[in-house]
Amino acid sequence: MTANTVLVLGEERQEAGVRRRRAGSPIIWLSLLVVAGVLVMAVLGAILAPHNPSAQHLALIDVTPSGAHWLGTDALGRDVFSRVIAGARTAFFGPLVIAAASFVLGNLLGLFAGYRGGLADAIIMRWVDFMWALPALVILIVVAGAVGSSYWLAVVVLIVLTVPFDTRVIRGATLEQVPRPYVEAAKTLGVPRWKIMLFHVWPNVSPVAVANTCLVFAGSLVTLAGLEFLGLGLPPASPDWGLMLSQNEALLFTNPLATIAPAVMIVLTAIAMNLIGDWLYEQLTSRGAGR
Amino acid sequence: MSSRGLLFFVLRRLAVLAFLLVVISFVTFSLLYISPGSLIDILLGARPHTAATVRALTREYHLNKPFLVQYWLWARQAVQLHFGTSIQTSLAVTSEITARLPLSMYLGIYSFVLTMVLGIGLGVASALRRGSVVDRVLVGGAMLGLSTPAFVAGVALLYVFAIRIRWFPAYGVGSGFFDELWHLTLPAVALAVTTVAYVSRHTRAAMIGTLDQDYVVFARARGLSSRRVLYMYLLRNALIPVITISGVILSSLIVGVVLVEVAFSLPGLGSLLVTAATAKDLPVLQGVVLLFAVVIVVANLLADVVYMVVDPRIRVGERST
Repeated sequence: MTANTVLVLGEERQEAGVRRRRAGSPIIWLSLLVVAGVLVMAVLGAILAPHNPSAQHLALIDVTPSGAHWLGTDALGRDVFSRVIAGARTAFFGPLVIAAASFVLGNLLGLFAGYRGGLADAIIMRWVDFMWALPALVILIVVAGAVGSSYWLAVVVLIVLTVPFDTRVIRGATLEQVPRPYVEAAKTLGVPRWKIMLFHVWPNVSPVAVANTCLVFAGSLVTLAGLEFLGLGLPPASPDWGLMLSQNEALLFTNPLATIAPAVMIVLTAIAMNLIGDWLYEQLTSRGAGR
Repeated sequence: MSSRGLLFFVLRRLAVLAFLLVVISFVTFSLLYISPGSLIDILLGARPHTAATVRALTREYHLNKPFLVQYWLWARQAVQLHFGTSIQTSLAVTSEITARLPLSMYLGIYSFVLTMVLGIGLGVASALRRGSVVDRVLVGGAMLGLSTPAFVAGVALLYVFAIRIRWFPAYGVGSGFFDELWHLTLPAVALAVTTVAYVSRHTRAAMIGTLDQDYVVFARARGLSSRRVLYMYLLRNALIPVITISGVILSSLIVGVVLVEVAFSLPGLGSLLVTAATAKDLPVLQGVVLLFAVVIVVANLLADVVYMVVDPRIRVGERST
């Protein structure tokens, strides 16, 4: 289980509730634009930045925004705007790896548990239940304390904590598919079990899986940023939104934009991903409903 | 359900609870061994590495005994709330924790009250005016709240309400109940942002589901006042889903306490955990983690019991946590 955002959206969606149509609304286009923008920043990084994000100018410490430094500089005279751009990398790729890995593992386990049922299901779901209400960030802090701070170690731990969430959602969706006639037909025809799971059941479950991945992305972005904020992930010199937020908190009195900019980026990216996930879910499930 | 059934249920859950605590304590103890480097060096910290200190530590942590014996001796101490001494301060871990516990509890309870009052209130308001502008604003606000981690909310509130308009203090804990209330308002609100959004979304969905039920339509048709329908029929049924998410609310609050205490520089359990992790102060880390684990496990048990008492449809053994 990663940050609770993921849980909420995922859980709630399975409950009854009236859904508003949001097909093609400007909010979705805006969200896609935000994510695309962050992706470009993450890939190109420092190339886009007007200054070297790590260069310290001790003569230009903590200056307010100007034409040369759009968001001013921080306590070490580093250009905040450039650091915001460079910070997209750790904000994007960690959650991407987590979402992808937990997509694969969660789908396999969820399909298996939902389709097989019985003891396998019981064991997998016990484990999922145990992991369910764990506070992910606290576990990351403990691991960082015992083993040492490391960004990629945190990513790996978050994968382990997120897989149960995916598993639970996919298992639920699989359980709905198993009693359907097409599954029985495939069984009667003697299609091997793994083929039924992957090529017959999974395509019908995939809308949930894809939408879910967006929520996992948003949740792990927020959790990782929290870990960076506490200073237990990346080394302190790295450009990272969470790290910037804690390092520049003292500048709130003089150059508030240095703190506000990374904060806005975290929230904007997370909310865009959550909205896309919600929207995808509505789109894909309403299309799939006719099948 | 019969009271005997409830008793049986509670006993079974207590057994699971005991098992979980053993597993958690074992993992927590093993943290010492997962940690890279020699155990003596870790436990010594910055203290001088002399034969005498090494001997004292070996005796204190029973390092010359087998692993499982060490665990057993450690666990026996832990049950009596002795977690050793902090590597950083050389104070007993227990006294470090008890010194910081009240602040975190104050903060947690304050946020919990905010979460329940605001979350349920906003969720109900939103569901009763489904589709209206109010509803849309609240749904959008909940989305924003869910995507805003506690530390971002904390820094934002600090900037707006303590630096721009000086309604609240930026730092400090305050002394006395009301002064503390005033000092902890911003942190508590920051902490509650995510959980309020979460509870209001759930309440809204549950209320909308309940509004369409036959018994509500019938109650209205009988001419019961809308206030009575709201309290007796709607809220009672809509609140059951809120109990089921209590585990997530709690874990969200614990994560939030850590972030908010660091954001506002408050000396609570959360900041203790982070300083312990930064300084590799494993005994403190173990103590705080065990405390959090006990809180989570016990709270989940309580939630299950409340859930069973409130909703007679739940049969024993049907729900798992």
